Amino acid sequence: MSTEPLLSVQGLTAHYGPVRVLDDVSLDVPDRGLCAVLGANGAGKTTLLRTLTGLHRATSGRVLLEGEDLTRLPAEKVITRGLAHVPEGGGVIVELTVEENLRLGGLWRSDRRDRTTFDEVMDLFPPLVERRTKSASTLSGGERQMLAIGRALMARPKVLLLDEPSLGLAPLITKQIFTLLRDLRDHTGLTVVLVEQNAAGALSVTDHGFVLNQGRVATEGPSEGLLADDRTRHAYLGF
Amino acid sequence: MTHFINLTLNGLASGAAYAALALSLVIIYQATRLVNFAQPALALVAVYAAYTVTQLTGSYWIGFASALIVGMAAGALVERVIIRPIAKTSQLNAIIVTLGLLLVIQGGVGMVWGNEQHGFRYAFSYVGRFSPADTFALVSVGVVALLLFAVYRFTPFGLRMRAAAFHPESARLSGVKVGLMLTAGWGIASFIGALAGMLAGPPFLSPNVFDVVFVFGITAAVVGGLDNPFGAVIGGLLIGLGMSYVSGYLGPELATLSALAIVVIVLSVRPDGILSRPTARKV
Repeated sequence: MSTEPLLSVQGLTAHYGPVRVLDDVSLDVPDRGLCAVLGANGAGKTTLLRTLTGLHRATSGRVLLEGEDLTRLPAEKVITRGLAHVPEGGGVIVELTVEENLRLGGLWRSDRRDRTTFDEVMDLFPPLVERRTKSASTLSGGERQMLAIGRALMARPKVLLLDEPSLGLAPLITKQIFTLLRDLRDHTGLTVVLVEQNAAGALSVTDHGFVLNQGRVATEGPSEGLLADDRTRHAYLGF
Repeated sequence: MTHFINLTLNGLASGAAYAALALSLVIIYQATRLVNFAQPALALVAVYAAYTVTQLTGSYWIGFASALIVGMAAGALVERVIIRPIAKTSQLNAIIVTLGLLLVIQGGVGMVWGNEQHGFRYAFSYVGRFSPADTFALVSVGVVALLLFAVYRFTPFGLRMRAAAFHPESARLSGVKVGLMLTAGWGIASFIGALAGMLAGPPFLSPNVFDVVFVFGITAAVVGGLDNPFGAVIGGLLIGLGMSYVSGYLGPELATLSALAIVVIVLSVRPDGILSRPTARKV
């Protein structure tokens, strides 16, 4: 891993009411990294992502992207700094068409009239091309996840955060999406942070893993190592 | 036959004002899921502003323009200053506050301009079959509705507005300033509400002048489906037509009842309104 992290989380703590959901979480994601954040239900994975992108307010700690402090920025500003977030379920807006969902993702950019990004994203997802003008409600679960990722990519982010993209998808589709994320990293240099319940699948595609337990980073290391380490697997990952 | 045509034209013209008011309610309902009972009060302020401006300048059209501007500003202000902090606590609180605002603003208008009726002249004659005033009502509401549709459907601003209304979190993650969109939505809605007021107000102006109009406006919105702008317009015209036919053929004393009848009939056939989407939403 390179020395200068692209995304650096330092001592992040967050609460829901009196309950401490994130407890002094620190993790570094290198440029072009492909990382998994794993852990049981309620370990704080989703809250971690929501706090990173300003949907949830941190109690203390810092979030740095290329050295810029994003901790106090509202969500609508965070995306403009290069941190994109595909929330759980994708957050596709079913009342809009496929194309409108995509365009929405790049609307804040000053070069939004430039079709290049749109065409590039379309090229990544052939199933979406023929459904362009259709309502997003007509898409299957896998296609919705693609659309959600596509919308995030329209912002040309430096880091893409994904919250359980495999949720509710068939294993084959999940595999396609994981492969796509890896390809994106390999070919475009996108940095990806993948929150997953599906630990085995996520570790097989990523190069680094963080395991959250009760709001703390319980262990971290190269994905292969975590996959091979029986103790970690039994204690935190449940397989 | 002439009678029928007259009734149809009259119905469409008065329906235009109901349609505009219904549209203003639907825009806010879509964005915030609350029925803005203060809408007629905002229109009232706008129309009284027009009354004063017209008296000062002698120009109806300067008054007309100031009504729309005052209406828009009042709507945006109410959202930003009063509704937003309250909507954070609960939706029901916000709805009740709009009801309170209605009473407060009506009272305030009475204190400033007096509770007695003012004559409020109109730019057009409203005598005869399909008078210039009727034509103006239909055309202006038609143009505004089309313009609104075009802006929502085809502009980046409209896409932001829709995203913010349908899915605030996804909108924020896509860089949309959702709060700003809410304020803009209230502004646009109250702009259209002010237009409805300018159409429905004359020839007399008093603090309670919009009470009945509002009842028909909200009826139109419910008939059309509270979250469907097209439904609001169709509902408004339907209410206007229905009341016109009933008062023409059966007697004017039954007109108000006919609005109620339309609600009962439409809602028993289509409980979510004529054009409403199915309520079950896939997530």
